[in-house]
Amino acid sequence: MCGIAGVIHRDGTADVGAELTAMLQSMKHRGPDSTGYAVYGPADDLVVIRFVLAEPNKSTGFGMEERLERNRAEVESRLAKIGAEVATVTSDTGYAFRATIRYGGDLKALADYLEDVPGCEVLSLGSSLEIIKDLGDAQTVSGQYNLGSFQGTHGIGHVRMATESEVDLASAHPYWAYPFADVAVVHNGQLTNYHQWRRRLEQHGHRFQSECDSEIIAVYLAEYMARGLSLETAMKHSLDDLDGVFTYVCVTGHELGIAKDEMAAKPLVLFESDPLVAVATEEVAIRAVVKREVETRDPYEREVLVWQV
Amino acid sequence: MPGSGSRSGVSYDARGLVEPHAEMPDNIEVDGGRARFDAADLTIRQINMALRQLIYNDGIVDVTVLNPSSKHSLAVGILKRCRIHFEGSPGWFACGLIDGPEVTINGRVGWSVAENMMSGVVTIERSAGSLTGAAIRGGDLIVKGDVGARTGIDQKGGTIIVTGDVGINTGFMMQRGRQIICGNAGMNLGDSMYDGAIYVAGKVRSLGVDCVPGEWDDADTELIGRKFRIHGLGDPPQFQKFVCGKQLHNYDALEPSERKLVIH
Repeated sequence: MCGIAGVIHRDGTADVGAELTAMLQSMKHRGPDSTGYAVYGPADDLVVIRFVLAEPNKSTGFGMEERLERNRAEVESRLAKIGAEVATVTSDTGYAFRATIRYGGDLKALADYLEDVPGCEVLSLGSSLEIIKDLGDAQTVSGQYNLGSFQGTHGIGHVRMATESEVDLASAHPYWAYPFADVAVVHNGQLTNYHQWRRRLEQHGHRFQSECDSEIIAVYLAEYMARGLSLETAMKHSLDDLDGVFTYVCVTGHELGIAKDEMAAKPLVLFESDPLVAVATEEVAIRAVVKREVETRDPYEREVLVWQV
Repeated sequence: MPGSGSRSGVSYDARGLVEPHAEMPDNIEVDGGRARFDAADLTIRQINMALRQLIYNDGIVDVTVLNPSSKHSLAVGILKRCRIHFEGSPGWFACGLIDGPEVTINGRVGWSVAENMMSGVVTIERSAGSLTGAAIRGGDLIVKGDVGARTGIDQKGGTIIVTGDVGINTGFMMQRGRQIICGNAGMNLGDSMYDGAIYVAGKVRSLGVDCVPGEWDDADTELIGRKFRIHGLGDPPQFQKFVCGKQLHNYDALEPSERKLVIH
């Protein structure tokens, strides 16, 4: 039982960090183990990288401080070697980092090169996407990463109750659609043909950060979008290809889409107005951002909907 | 046992289901046999505590709850004749396990409204989520809007009326009772139903296993006309009736092994 949420402002930027925090905190009962965000700020010519060098619960101890510093220096060194010009590197936690770079090369090569550094996992890459995830509830993670002041057009979030894998960052959502820039997914459900699709996608050169079935959706969509399909078409394909019960929300640099499996077994409620679309596992999360009585509905089975900024 | 015993006239069961530190709201307005309070800043347990206190201990028969704000599990397990009105939208599991109340909801509800209702009337002025009326045993549940998937799953009695559309697996494994759907129905209508009847005015995307068109008779006309009249729903549209084909489940007294022999 996890909780997912998404907002998209179709008329400009808003406090998406604070909005998602309010939505996710209202669904804390659905998953207190970890909380994650994929938020989109204004795009510019810099590439934003969010990466971690250690799991939060393994980031302290004998020699860890020096090790993290050494690995951070190695990341910066590799960025320079691959031809990226580093603008900023900051960290709110000591193990999770945000870097902005000028880079026009292959993002897959960049991600693979950085992930060769011990403990390094690239959480997101893109011109506006930033994935932030950590252990604890939404207020904890938001406070830790100062998300309350994040301004953007859209974003998604996830609260996780660990049922089939570890309480760690690798199993926390959202998942970046490696190596596709600016695409991320949150998911509630179970995919029963996970291993089959993982093998297929690995044969196409994709790598997986986790053992979590949800990561398949992000990589699956990336694979099809890389072939030229639109987000909506790729999502419609996924309803035929992915088995199990699932509801997921996918975001790109300018879109937010939802998909529900053919059994409609997992909850999602939708509020749609001209300036704002909000989706969440439970109505209480919608009420956290739209503080008045509004018309909402449950999307039906096999429904795919996509909105643009 | 934390929370057991009695405090402020409110009973706590052995599992401490009422939050020990929950305090009775101090914003309740009582006027004769009626009461109202604003639930916007109250916890779920405070709201339910207030409802129980008013209905069971104070003899109030008509309670209005303002701004339920999509909070879950409101008015669950009320086993007494009374009126409860929600001005706004409750969340999931509203009015579950009730036996007797007349509930009106001027808003939308989330999943599993009126689950396992024994008797009474629940009227929802807008849409409802999935599992609406799951396993209801009796009473009337009216939704004046669309509902999600699995409406009336495992229904064992009572009547569910939906003025809009319903999703997949409506009436799945229903065992008795009636569903009156004024809009369209999703896939697998009445899948694996044992008994009862489903009336659909709109299109049916597909019938489930062992759900077949049923023969219309005067009792169907009388039932639908009466329910529409009682609940002020206007003139009923034309419906098609669907029932169990009685081919799936073992309707004779034979053991499964004996039934196999009969089939062969």
